[in-house]
This record gives sequence, structure tokens and C-alpha cells, in this order.
Amino acid sequence: MNTLAGAWEWLTDGANWSGEGGIGNRLTQHLYLTGVCLALSCLIALPVALVLGHIGKGGALAVNISNIGRAVPTFAVLVLLLLSPIGGYGSWPTIIALVLFAVPPLLTNAYVGMRGVDRDVVRAARGMGMTGRQLLTGVEIPLALPLILTGVRIAAVQLVATATIAALAGGGGLGRIITAGFNLASTSQVVAGALLVAVFALLVEGLFEAGQRLAPSWARDRG
Amino acid sequence: MTATPDDCLARNEWICGEYLSTRRSILGDAVVQHLQLTVAAVLIGLAIAVPLAVAARRWRWAAGPVLGITTVLYTIPSLAMFSLLLPVYGLSASIVIAGLVFYSLTLLVRNILAGLRAVPEETRQAARGMGYGPVRLLLAVELPLALPAAMAGLRIATVSAVSLVTIGAIVGYGGLGNLIYSGMNTYFKAQVLTASVLCVIIAVAADLLLLLVQRYATPWTRAVGE
Repeated sequence: MNTLAGAWEWLTDGANWSGEGGIGNRLTQHLYLTGVCLALSCLIALPVALVLGHIGKGGALAVNISNIGRAVPTFAVLVLLLLSPIGGYGSWPTIIALVLFAVPPLLTNAYVGMRGVDRDVVRAARGMGMTGRQLLTGVEIPLALPLILTGVRIAAVQLVATATIAALAGGGGLGRIITAGFNLASTSQVVAGALLVAVFALLVEGLFEAGQRLAPSWARDRG
Repeated sequence: MTATPDDCLARNEWICGEYLSTRRSILGDAVVQHLQLTVAAVLIGLAIAVPLAVAARRWRWAAGPVLGITTVLYTIPSLAMFSLLLPVYGLSASIVIAGLVFYSLTLLVRNILAGLRAVPEETRQAARGMGYGPVRLLLAVELPLALPAAMAGLRIATVSAVSLVTIGAIVGYGGLGNLIYSGMNTYFKAQVLTASVLCVIIAVAADLLLLLVQRYATPWTRAVGE
């Protein structure tokens, strides 16, 4: 309990909130990193998954890519990128590593969602004379939306959590509080940093949960 | 030694046979530690997950809390998890194992529970009609039928654990992650690439091994599916 008290003391100390290495700055960096990576990975994964799901091809690829993604440690990818020529470009190694990490769940969920759309509904829409584009935007995407959003939510929460790894490679974000605590051998700071990240991750999860509850019933995940 | 030898180590190349031959023992130790941490974590996770899933199946009220708690555990970042356990275990391998156990719990409990729930009610009734007691029903009917789903969870949990062990480098017990970490600090390309590739190989090999075990343990699924 001493550690928790120490962590609380560290968190409530105003001096730890300001400045370059302060909680405020680290939180902003973390939010920025997560946001950029989520946006980029959505831009990459969703169009591919939607098109693949629409034409019904590449299913094995979409499902297997998520298994492969799990086997490759993000930390290893990050360090490999750092030591490669890309390493010289600021936070790009971190962003690329995190995007590579977030794409598989997005891709798999969106694809599964698209394929899960009732075939009878698709045939009915075709029979009504809908073009491919109308079918995609008017029928398939709305019906697949719950699973697509589940993928986005999983990716977002995992990104918040995994963005801490950037700190191991000298990047910014909340992970830096933890690694700095390790270097100072200050358990209370380590625990304080860990609590911050955990709360942040749970907050994002909660936000998505709330968003899903407020959404119209057809956009909710029935699973 | 007077002149620097002009080999791939001196030139700091990504792929380096020299590295493999001179650091064989270091690599071997790292792989062994990696495997030990993974196997210990997955086995402990399994030992905890099976009773939890069975309890959640048996008592409806237990399902909510069990799934809720394991899901919350899963959202805690690995770096944070290992550091949160620091006051409990001190700087030791137990931190990494405990963290990995928590992560594997989510995947294992979910999958085992899904498998148990998928056992058809008729099958259960038939077994009861044949005079099976609750324990025998569980051991001889329900758990075997839940095996395919449980094995799917076990495979995901194992592969994730192999990849997460690397983060254990922060506390000095990261198996191949230690080599990646130190290679990053010394800008040692061959070490980072070799350790990363070995990591992926271990993950893929573990996945294939479990797949084989699954095929062998559930012969009845072979004829129907695929």
C-alpha cells in the first residue's frame, strides 16, 4: 500500500505535471500518437477490407494477416525500424510500427463484418437493381458497421496500450514516465505512470462503449 | 588483435553469419529463457482459466464478473502491467510470468467458455440419461467437446505471449527481447534482426505445434470440417 500512496503522492504533486517531461505534455504526446496512428491505420485497413468484403475475395488473407500480426512483436518492429534508415525521421518509426500493429484487427473485423451481411439481403438489393456502389454504401457498410466499429475500438484501446512501447525506444508518450521511473529506481513513479496509461486505456474503452450505447440500435454490436 | 577485422560484425550489417556463430550461446540462452517464460505463463494461465470458465458456465452470476475482470486486465498495457507488478514481485522473472498469465486469461477464459456453452443440450441430457454424474459429465463430455474452441484460444494466447515476452526486457527478463533492447542501445543491427526473426519463428512453431496437438486430440473434427 506504501507504493500506491507514493504513486498517489507523485500524481498529485503539481511539479510533475508541468514541463517537457511533465504528465500534461506526455499525455498530449500519447493522445497525438494514438490519434495519428488510429487515423492512418483506418485509412489503410478499412478501404481494403470493405472492397475485399464487397467482392468476396481475399478472405484467407484478411483472416491470416491478423494471426501473422500477432506473432510479430511490435517492440521488435519498432527497433528494426529505428536502426533502419527510417530511424532518422523523428517519430515515424513509432508511427509505422504502431500502424502495422493496428491494421490487422481493423482489417479482420471489417472483412468479417462485410462477409457476415446476410446474403439474402444482398441478393434482394441486387434484384432491386442496385449498382455495386449503391449496394456497398447503402446496404453492406451500414449492416457491417457494428463489427467495423468493434474493430476500430479494439485497435484504439490496443494502440493506447501499445503506444507506451515507444518510450522503450526513446519516443514520447506516457510510457516515458514509466521508463524514467525505472531509471530513477522510483517505484512510485513507475506505478503512477502505469496507472495513468491503464486509466487512459480504460477511458478510451469506456468512450467507445458509451458511443455504442448512444448509437441507433442498428449500429450496435449485437454480439 | 591489432587491426579491426573486416567482417560483417565490424561493418554492422543486418544479416551476419559471424554473429550467429560467435554468439551462439547468448542466443541459445535467450531462446531458452523466452521459451521458459512463455510455457510457464501459458500453463499457469491454463490452470487458472479452466476452473474459471467452468465456474462461469456452471453459475450464471459468475460469468459477468469473470469476463469483466479478465477483459479489464487485458486492456492494461504490457509495459504498465510489468511495472505495476514490480512492488509485488520485485525485479524477477515472476513479474513477466504473472503479467503474461493475466493476458492469457482473457483469451483462454473466453474461448473455453464459448466452447463449453456450445455443447449441445441434447448431448448433455444423453450423458445424464446414461448415468453420468456432474464431474464425469464435465470431464468426459463437456471438456472434450469444448476442446476445439479452447485450443483456438490457447493458440492465440501462446502466440501473443511469445511476442509479449519481449517487453519483459524492461525488467531484464525478456528472453530475446533483452537482445533486441541491448541491440537497440548499441545500434547492433545483426543482433536485433536475428532476435526478432527468432521471436517470430518461435511464435509460428508454437502455433503449428499446437495445431498438430489439436488435430491429434480431436480426431472427430477432421472428418467433418475442412
